[in-house]
Amino acid sequence: MEIRGYIGDASPVNNMVIAELRGVSKRFGDVLAASDLNLSIAEGEFLSFLGPSGCGKTTALRILAGFEVPTEGEVLLDGEVVNDLDAHHRPVNMVFQQYALFPHMTVAQNIGYGLRQRRPRLPKAQIAEKVSKALDVVQLSGFDDRKVWEMSGGQQQRVALARAIINEPKLLLLDEPMAALDRKLRKEMQIELQNLQRQLGITFVLVTHDQEEALSMSDRICVMKDGRIVQIGSPQELYDQPNSRYVAGFVGTSNFFDGKVTEQSGALISVLLSNGLSMQGKPVGKVETDQEVCISVRPEQINLSRNTDGLSVIVQNRIFLGEHTEYLVRHETLGEFLVLSPRQSEPDNGPFKAGDTLFASWEASAALVLDNT
Amino acid sequence: MTQRTRNWLLLAPAGTWFLVMLIIPLTVVLIFSFGERAPAGGVVPAFTLEQYANLPARWAAFKNTMTLAPIGTLSALVIAYPLAYFLAVKVDPKWRTILLVLVIVPFWTSILIRSYAWIFLLGGRGIPALLGWFGIEGVRLINTPFAVLVGIIYGYLPLMVFPIYVSLDKLDKKLLEASSDLGAKPWRTFLQITLPLSIPGIATGCMLVFILLMGEYLIPAMLGGGKVFFVGNALVDLFLQSRNWAYGSAVAVTLVVVMLVTVTIYMRLINRLGANRDDVSIM
Repeated sequence: MEIRGYIGDASPVNNMVIAELRGVSKRFGDVLAASDLNLSIAEGEFLSFLGPSGCGKTTALRILAGFEVPTEGEVLLDGEVVNDLDAHHRPVNMVFQQYALFPHMTVAQNIGYGLRQRRPRLPKAQIAEKVSKALDVVQLSGFDDRKVWEMSGGQQQRVALARAIINEPKLLLLDEPMAALDRKLRKEMQIELQNLQRQLGITFVLVTHDQEEALSMSDRICVMKDGRIVQIGSPQELYDQPNSRYVAGFVGTSNFFDGKVTEQSGALISVLLSNGLSMQGKPVGKVETDQEVCISVRPEQINLSRNTDGLSVIVQNRIFLGEHTEYLVRHETLGEFLVLSPRQSEPDNGPFKAGDTLFASWEASAALVLDNT
Repeated sequence: MTQRTRNWLLLAPAGTWFLVMLIIPLTVVLIFSFGERAPAGGVVPAFTLEQYANLPARWAAFKNTMTLAPIGTLSALVIAYPLAYFLAVKVDPKWRTILLVLVIVPFWTSILIRSYAWIFLLGGRGIPALLGWFGIEGVRLINTPFAVLVGIIYGYLPLMVFPIYVSLDKLDKKLLEASSDLGAKPWRTFLQITLPLSIPGIATGCMLVFILLMGEYLIPAMLGGGKVFFVGNALVDLFLQSRNWAYGSAVAVTLVVVMLVTVTIYMRLINRLGANRDDVSIM
């Protein structure tokens, strides 16, 4: 896949860089798991690698941890190349997906493990004090002597977290830490993780396939596909200015209409859709005349009304979501697309029903012209 | 048929087998051990501790068994562990099955035939001759405790390798990564994670090998040449050659008691060692 132009800020804004990937690639046999990754991570930021399984996000994390040595490129920590520095020498700690707690140790022994590896040895009393402080931070005070396999999934995750942060790592790596938790617990942990990150000031690097998780927690998100970084940016940037159909589809939901660029006039571009309609939109990157593109319109950007203004559509389905209502509507030539209407905009003469004929419209600037990949 | 009757029916074959082949013979041996030797061999029923008082006469057999069985077990452990570790952790999975089969292959041949091979290897025209070739003269291997030890280790190695292999194979490799991630050097990861988590395998392997070694008779008979003999050899001698059943029974009962005591102590130790793990109870 060739991404044209804009990838986003590979470097964070005016903050000290703590870790860096420079042209990092990783090959396993014939498989290129990571390809030409360029990225700077700022001290204290919360960065997420987002993408479907097999996109290379876990490989990127394992390269930072020191479990994998890049085939090409350089990994820098605190300005020094650490390609050949073994995991046990790196000031980086990881929270594993299934937590990987040591089953033959108590909670306190698990948490103190990192400190016990330090040479010269730390005094026992100091280790005990730090362990109890760490237990406090993850709200597990009094659980010192529990066996780890007696704890619930959420508690195990806290132990894993405490075991990592007690070492005050330069980077805290989190490999899909919420994957094993149920939905409600996940929400709670997301908030807690964010608080923890602010409280400790440790740089967090998260790997996830869950866009909601990435959007809600991260300062910056690095969207990946097929071993490459597709786009880097704040959650809002990715949502408002995706550089490709892939990003627009992965971060949030969107309606896509395929077509070809016919004319560029000022800020807007005319696109001839494959179904014959002509539509205007705002380009995110550079596009050329005759380029195959797609137009992306977010469901919440579309306005539905009974007035004769816009595209004539028929409501196919209506889903009440509380503060929003989601409509699936059908246009004769465009086909079906989604509309998300806020509750207060529901018209006086009752909500729209399936079968109603309505008119859909949106601002031309809300229609993004994207690279069709 | 109730669940209860069904359970009893299913247990019946094994129960009967144990009763007929283990409990009854052991009881007979126990009764014999208090009897007296009949003039033509066999036993005259009596109640005397005379046979037990006579035990020190067979002290050498007990001493050999009680030294060579633990030494053999420990040596087998030391040799088997790295092999099991290599097979479970290091080796490329596509070679694993073949290598595991290679560990068992010797079991397909009778231990008798394999011990004959060792007689030749350790005998005058084997390794000693080879050493002589390099100028080291006068080394005698066959019919020494060393020869018996070599035979024991060789014969029992697979029994030690397999339980350890299984426990290392079960070990979550992410734990090793986690340990390394937390700053433990490879050697310390081994001592703090791998070794403690493979204790169930070590315990099972040692138990199997040790119990079987306590009753071993063939290897000392062949490689010890009558100079290094185990309690097993003493029993064969007493029951089959001298036909002193009463005395033989006393020796057998003593061996069983020694074994039970040792194994009980051993299990206590192991269970205490693994007290914070529910799956470290053996057998």
